[in-house]
Amino acid sequence: MAFDSFQDFLAMGGHAPYVWASWGVTGALLAGIVLHARAERRQLLRRLQRRERRQATTDRTSHQTGGQRHEA
Amino acid sequence: MGKIWSFIHKLGSPKWFYAISARLMPWFWVAAAALILVGSVWGLAFAPADYQQGNSFRIIYVHVPAAFLAQSIFVSMAVAGLVFMVWKIKVADMAAAVMAPLGAVMTFISLFSGAVWGVPTWGTWWMWDARLTSMLILLFLYLGVIALRGAFSSRDSGSRAASVLAMVGVINIPIIKYSVDWWYTLHQPATFSVTSRPAMPLEMWAPLLIMVLGFYCFFIAATLMRTRSEILRREANKRWVRELAGGPS
Repeated sequence: MAFDSFQDFLAMGGHAPYVWASWGVTGALLAGIVLHARAERRQLLRRLQRRERRQATTDRTSHQTGGQRHEA
Repeated sequence: MGKIWSFIHKLGSPKWFYAISARLMPWFWVAAAALILVGSVWGLAFAPADYQQGNSFRIIYVHVPAAFLAQSIFVSMAVAGLVFMVWKIKVADMAAAVMAPLGAVMTFISLFSGAVWGVPTWGTWWMWDARLTSMLILLFLYLGVIALRGAFSSRDSGSRAASVLAMVGVINIPIIKYSVDWWYTLHQPATFSVTSRPAMPLEMWAPLLIMVLGFYCFFIAATLMRTRSEILRREANKRWVRELAGGPS
């Protein structure tokens, strides 16, 4: 351990603003990349699944109404 | 040899890439998380303070990995662009598309942490030093590639334009690498070299090596994940994607 106490660790020998700003921005951006990639995938899957459900419903109704669809 | 070629050929198929990446990706996420965690704790709390710079030197553990990645990602993107242009492999273009923003973020991290580090160390956050300037140009190249891709009404034109800019822009990478030797004004020369032992004690460079490896794993995992999304987006009307989303098989 390079520090005597937790306070010491946070103070970074007087360089706290520099060390924590660099590490903070890096951590936030990496976390942002992960969260964005996850949200993107979830949204995409939801959209594709919704489309398939909608497609299935239209297929069913058009099947029921049969050839009369063009008259509607 | 035939096996390798058939592997590469299959990798070019979006469906196959989607399947194989699903198996590979978790390992890269786990490796990235473990390496970055160990490297951070070691680098922040256990590595000894620098005898000249004190604790501000701990910025190296995010600055150097980000700078490594900024350059490696650009080269990967240019290679992917070349593969797309020569062999018309669509997955290569999708990978190149998701690499650009990742590389831009890494370049930003290295510039930002470098500027912050410069204040206590050099007494200035910016100077038109060759290394700093060529890294700034790298950021603009990334932004240019991203903008160019979106500037065309046809996707294929955007892909080809972005590939060309990436391939031409890769000339900046050796300039970044040798800038510290050719025009040594402010930035110190390379920390790591393949040919000689690091000038730091083991307790200082081991966490740095771990962080670099962690960042590489992070990049691979994030690229795989976002390429998979890009595949779903572009292949949305293919039968296998529709089946995946619960459509008729």
